Amino acid sequence: MSFKDLDIYSFYQKMEHDDIMLSFKGDVTSEMLTSMLQIMETKLENLGEGSKVKRKVYNVLVECLQNLYHHRDEMKRAGIDEESAAIFMIGRTEDSYNIVTGNYIVTNRVERLKSRIDQVNSLDVDGLKTLYKEVLNNDERSDRGGGGLGIIDIARKSKQKLVYDFMEVDDKYSFFSLYIKIPQNK
Amino acid sequence: MGKISIDGTSKTPTVLFDSENGVMELKGRSIPENSIEFYKPIVESLDDYAKGPKDKTKVEIQLEYFNTSSSKCILDLFKKLEAIHKGGNEVAINWYYEEDDEDMLEAGEDYQAIIKVPFTMIEVEEE
Repeated sequence: MSFKDLDIYSFYQKMEHDDIMLSFKGDVTSEMLTSMLQIMETKLENLGEGSKVKRKVYNVLVECLQNLYHHRDEMKRAGIDEESAAIFMIGRTEDSYNIVTGNYIVTNRVERLKSRIDQVNSLDVDGLKTLYKEVLNNDERSDRGGGGLGIIDIARKSKQKLVYDFMEVDDKYSFFSLYIKIPQNK
Repeated sequence: MGKISIDGTSKTPTVLFDSENGVMELKGRSIPENSIEFYKPIVESLDDYAKGPKDKTKVEIQLEYFNTSSSKCILDLFKKLEAIHKGGNEVAINWYYEEDDEDMLEAGEDYQAIIKVPFTMIEVEEE
């Protein structure tokens, strides 16, 4: 598809329909991450959103965007340059905020991530609390510090099951999509 | 023994560590991408302090946001404080949370369950 073939109006309508507040496709660098958080903080402020929802959305945003950032960092360090970009979107309906992220992942790492999300999805509130404390208190440290807490934290704060998809793109990469819903009344 | 005083930013907390008076404070936001790098000097000063701690150490944690990458670093600080407490010196941690911030209260309770140090939850009014 060349740029002039892009049907901008239908693109606009789609974004309008989904009430997209911010969308981004590209490399999630530290500067980009900071800008996106600032934009979203201002938008949440302008919407007059209650502090409870605002905090929840902001917290989940931080984890999602930092996941993308660290993932890019890992890909770069592994010498993978061409598949390091990601997509991020946040929209809003009457009763929830909806976040979508997508990024390439080396296919041989799909199973590990999938089983972590499945495990998180199988747990109730107390189960998630226990798992969070376990992972927090184990001695595993990724060099960025979190060591696998992000996904658990997103599930705890959103209080929803995480919806995801892995699509094989070629013999090496898959595309990982994650959908997160944050109810506004909780 | 030195003193640490770091001004807060939109991603990192205001940190005060006054080893002469046994007071540590963490306030604001802790959402840096690389938390280990940020917390390293604080963890190191606490290591030094642990060699000859004051009779009483008072720690105030008043965070608006913290990311999961910071949460392990904060636990590292608490574990060092736990060791000081075990060594027979008084340590008290005050964990502040805004009145409707259940997530921050819960985060404090998670630490309270892991760390054997007197831990007080303090509710503050929303700003």
